[in-house]
Amino acid sequence: MADDPLRETVLHATHVSLDARMVPFAGYDMPVQYEGILAEAKAVRTMAGIFDVSHMGRFFASGPHARALLDWVHTADVGESMPVGRARYGLLCNENGGIIDDGIVYRLGGDRYMLIANAANAVKIYAWLERWRDERFADINLTNDTEHIAMIALQGPKATAIAAEVSDFDPQILRPFRIAELTVAGKPVLVARTGYTGEDGVEIMPESRDAPALWALLMEHGATACGLGARDTLRLEAGLLLHGSDMDETINPMEAGLDRFVALDAGDFCGKPAVAAMAKDGPERRLAAFRMVERGALPRPHAPILADGAVVGQVSSGGYAPTLDTNIGLGYVPSRFATPEEALQIDVRGKILDARVTHLPFYARPR
Amino acid sequence: MPVPADRSYSKEHEWARVQDDGIICIGITEFAEHELGDVIYVDLPKQGTKVTQHLQMGEIESVKAVSELFAPVSGEIVEINSAVVSAPELVNEDPYDKGWLLKVKPADQAELGNLLDAAQYDSLTT
Repeated sequence: MADDPLRETVLHATHVSLDARMVPFAGYDMPVQYEGILAEAKAVRTMAGIFDVSHMGRFFASGPHARALLDWVHTADVGESMPVGRARYGLLCNENGGIIDDGIVYRLGGDRYMLIANAANAVKIYAWLERWRDERFADINLTNDTEHIAMIALQGPKATAIAAEVSDFDPQILRPFRIAELTVAGKPVLVARTGYTGEDGVEIMPESRDAPALWALLMEHGATACGLGARDTLRLEAGLLLHGSDMDETINPMEAGLDRFVALDAGDFCGKPAVAAMAKDGPERRLAAFRMVERGALPRPHAPILADGAVVGQVSSGGYAPTLDTNIGLGYVPSRFATPEEALQIDVRGKILDARVTHLPFYARPR
Repeated sequence: MPVPADRSYSKEHEWARVQDDGIICIGITEFAEHELGDVIYVDLPKQGTKVTQHLQMGEIESVKAVSELFAPVSGEIVEINSAVVSAPELVNEDPYDKGWLLKVKPADQAELGNLLDAAQYDSLTT
């Protein structure tokens, strides 16, 4: 697979024309930065930024058993009572309760749903949906529309104002974690009030061929082009986890601190017995969030975490938080060390630096 | 844009400029800071440390990468740029002037002959 050519989103030419620095990510040639990671992160926190997230998987399920299929694979309550136009974040687990992806499930209509998966897991998750449809839930029309529909995330304090300028978006009507079909530049477009930055904003899903014009329109209205580097910095500041780094198939949602996204009282889901057991017994290890005591070298992924003088874990995500002007990170440690104010140390390339466990999120936007 | 002609360069993208008093001022080139991206931490040796040409003397860290700093000349560190320590972004903003990193009292001026001149460095990076 190493020699497969990189895939491109429909916005690839746009990124290149903006002089983006391109890097491989999840098999795609993606922009890591344009102007610079810190400038882009600041733009999102103070104005508005746009991100090409078209590489993420977009799957649609419709039919009498579509709800049941999604309720089975997803830890959120995808019940009869989930309103049309609602979006719910949660996890997809294997039969052992290990997290195979995190993602948002959307109810688009009476029996029409959408699931958005991480780009790195898109193929795997679509195959997972097909497997359960074939094994258990008949009468479902399942489509992978990742190529046909693009996705642009518009995030920041000015994001909803820009969205209202270019469409019939109304922030009083499309409240957070809602989705609707709106009209943008005369075309019907799915718009969800969701995001991965900790700011207010929307994720806009035009047909692929309309994406470049929409990107240009958003930039004309003041949005700053932002890449994957800024995206990672912003999500870490906001305490949002990254599958593949902060959670994977060896991690149970309870260990990752994602209890509130698991509807244990709302019916069965794949992996429920293992998740419920750990909820009952309490996990032996937990994801701890920490801040470095002094500005210094960054606690990067895989750096050893020490407590009481011994290595007890490793950093899963870590780096500089420009909004806080401090260094932050995440990592699994034995549960007793995961309490806020606990002292930890991080071995950064041989230097032992002090850290302190803290609450998530590191940064919360002013409301 | 060609690099300043008033100094020498290492293959590891550092520059070394001889001051009137013979002290050598050291920094990294625009090529290096552009490759690194936003610099957020500079790890420099303390004043008084002896460094050796071409050996690692510190680290410079950006959001996305850690890069080793190599001594372009041997000698003793006589000053480090405290402005850069507290505002690492200076390295990106002004790598050839305000973003200087440290100053060395050279052990052997002849070592400058092991470095590249501006034209040679330019051809390395184009």
